[in-house]
Amino acid sequence: MNFEFSADQMQLKDIARKFLEKEESVKRARNVLEGDASYDEELWSQIIEMGFTATAIPEEYGGLGLGYLELCVIAEELGRSLAPTPFSSSVYLASEAILNYGDDATKQALLPALASGEKIGAFAHSEANTSPTESNIKCSFSEGSLSGTKIAVVDGDIANVFIVTANNGSGVGLYLVDGSSDGVEITTQPTLDPSRSHAAVSFNNASATELKSDWSDVLGLLDRAAVLFSFEQLGGAEACMDMAKEYAMGRYAFGRSIASFQAIKHKLADMFIAVELARSNCYYGAWALSTDAPELPTAAATCRVSASQAFHECSKENIQTHGGMGFTWEFDCHLYYRRCRQLAANIGSQAIWKDKLISSLERANQI
Amino acid sequence: MDFNDTPEEAQFRKEAFDWLKDNAPLKEGPKDSWRASSEEEGLKEVKVWQNKLRDGGWACLHWPKVYGGRESTPIERVIWGQEASKFKIPGGYLEIGQGMAGPVMMMYATEEQKERYLPPMATGEEIWCQLFSEPAAGSDVAGIKTKAELDGDTWTINGQKVWTSGAHFSDYGILVTRSDPSAPKHKGLTFFFVDMKSPGIEVKPIKQISGGANFNEVYFTDVKIPDSQRLGAVGDGWKVSLTTLMNERLAVGDASGPDFQEAFSLARGQDLNGKLAIENDSVREKLADWYCQQSGLKYAKYRNISALSRGETPGPQSSITKIVSGNKLQEIANFGLDMLDSAGILRTDEEGAEQSMYQYGFYGAAGIRIAGGTDEILKNIISEQVLGMPQDMRADKGLPFNEIPTGNK
Repeated sequence: MNFEFSADQMQLKDIARKFLEKEESVKRARNVLEGDASYDEELWSQIIEMGFTATAIPEEYGGLGLGYLELCVIAEELGRSLAPTPFSSSVYLASEAILNYGDDATKQALLPALASGEKIGAFAHSEANTSPTESNIKCSFSEGSLSGTKIAVVDGDIANVFIVTANNGSGVGLYLVDGSSDGVEITTQPTLDPSRSHAAVSFNNASATELKSDWSDVLGLLDRAAVLFSFEQLGGAEACMDMAKEYAMGRYAFGRSIASFQAIKHKLADMFIAVELARSNCYYGAWALSTDAPELPTAAATCRVSASQAFHECSKENIQTHGGMGFTWEFDCHLYYRRCRQLAANIGSQAIWKDKLISSLERANQI
Repeated sequence: MDFNDTPEEAQFRKEAFDWLKDNAPLKEGPKDSWRASSEEEGLKEVKVWQNKLRDGGWACLHWPKVYGGRESTPIERVIWGQEASKFKIPGGYLEIGQGMAGPVMMMYATEEQKERYLPPMATGEEIWCQLFSEPAAGSDVAGIKTKAELDGDTWTINGQKVWTSGAHFSDYGILVTRSDPSAPKHKGLTFFFVDMKSPGIEVKPIKQISGGANFNEVYFTDVKIPDSQRLGAVGDGWKVSLTTLMNERLAVGDASGPDFQEAFSLARGQDLNGKLAIENDSVREKLADWYCQQSGLKYAKYRNISALSRGETPGPQSSITKIVSGNKLQEIANFGLDMLDSAGILRTDEEGAEQSMYQYGFYGAAGIRIAGGTDEILKNIISEQVLGMPQDMRADKGLPFNEIPTGNK
């Protein structure tokens, strides 16, 4: 059995980790949070230079033609370091949508630009304070143009390629809209995690290209992305566990290191358990994504639920372990707490993914 | 990343399967498992099966061949376990001997003793138990009081052990005692093996909350043990005990009982308020949580097996198995009974009845969360040994054992 990343993949992970540490990615996340920029352009261009955005895009479309396992290890490190860049929107969602549902001309036109970072992609899906479904999506497509409003579009204010879910009268599918088209109006929205920008995007008869897709493809796109988001969540969860441990070891109260109190040790043990379960489920997701396994819907929902739980557990208990200092602006705990919420919201709520998990198991059992 | 065997592993798997197929019936379904009509019958069947294994060269895979083992690698043990689980074969009774007493004997007994005791342990002809816990020494197992006094070359043992699995059918036991109560807690212990038929040993079953009795109290009244049956130096008993405690924590793995699959099937057939339970959102949410836990443990195990396959020592993932599966079992059992509404309180002992599976889980999980290291002790182990956090401050550190406060319990 070889249920592990290869030596080369682990080396890539190590390179990514050291690079992001050297570039002080967490500090940059704080700068974006405190400043006016929507993302860290300098870090983004270095990430592009490292080739990370091109990882899973085939060579014929200007990518490196590595695979999803490579992308998974990079995602984990981006999550660990809170990288304030549009990587997930552009790579896990926009590039994947075009790669899987675009025709060859669209792929030729856009994938090289997404791989090289010349263009930034975003996924515009949510419309209201509820989970998007095939029946409640109001954005509409007809005769080459798209209308409607999307909210909380991550990286919406910096993207120039939008993948939009819309109804063409017979069902909901994926559409491609150029951000500079007439009729596209972008309004930045304030969020709980300003280290990642969000926007409301209105389409008013904007020119759009149909990607060959239906609602099941929308779900398929989310499944693929869920595996990669899970790795970001896993990296974030582990970072919180490590922070909590380091702080507890050095913090003394009642004449002893607080790391020697069982109340703190058991809290850390619970974090460790959550992280180990999430890591193992993420590997399952990585395997399913990289082999295009029929189990992908189950595996994706499993790792998404598990990694969301682990990041939630670790980011909140990291603050708790830090005590009052954890509640200050100065310490980094809140950056992870915010990012945890942002990643949890990004591709749909925990309740929806749990329901998807059980539905996919029901389908699997019927066959 | 894949789930495939190496060519050597595939070869071993085939060899194991072929031998099993010639010697045991395949299970007809996931619920088809070996079950003995009584403890006595079970013991007989286990011994017959263990002899077959020995003759086929499949007994005590990890032991040296000279004592009846096979000298298999850890990954081969895993593969054997996977293949054996497809067959209806007798099990139980021998794990404590072969998994815990055996390794200690191999490390500390004389060559002559190893030749005398290990081969019958491998065949199941002689059964061993472990005499560690005491009424006042559970999680704090080094706090044992059973007294050992040396006179000439004979030790006299007085005291009481508890939670001894299988003491009533065991031939021998490994025993840890206090030989010097004036030394600090971990220093004054001495380790022996003892003939369970020695005069002065009295075994009394403990009735558990399930009503069953799998464990015993064992009383020692002036029991004589020759000094030649001492394992390790006088006062070194804690070091010797650690060998077996480490083995125990590895041996106690997944909690057995209804798991996600059972709860899922139940929910798909069970009426709940006029609809199928599976259509209830709170049921779906619980099921999703259990599936994620089960899947996490499964793939953590695959990661461990992969490490073994590469010849590495598995990481600390295995330390989470018992905590997660014990708690999951307790919740699933409670769910299974809750699905029956008021009728979930009714007891049925009907064999194979779905309800009885959840009833056993309901009782059993409470025990699993304690046996072989409580949840709390395991969390200490994770935080200290895996995460490298310091030990809790101890009130008994450095004190002579007989001056440690006991609260009169």
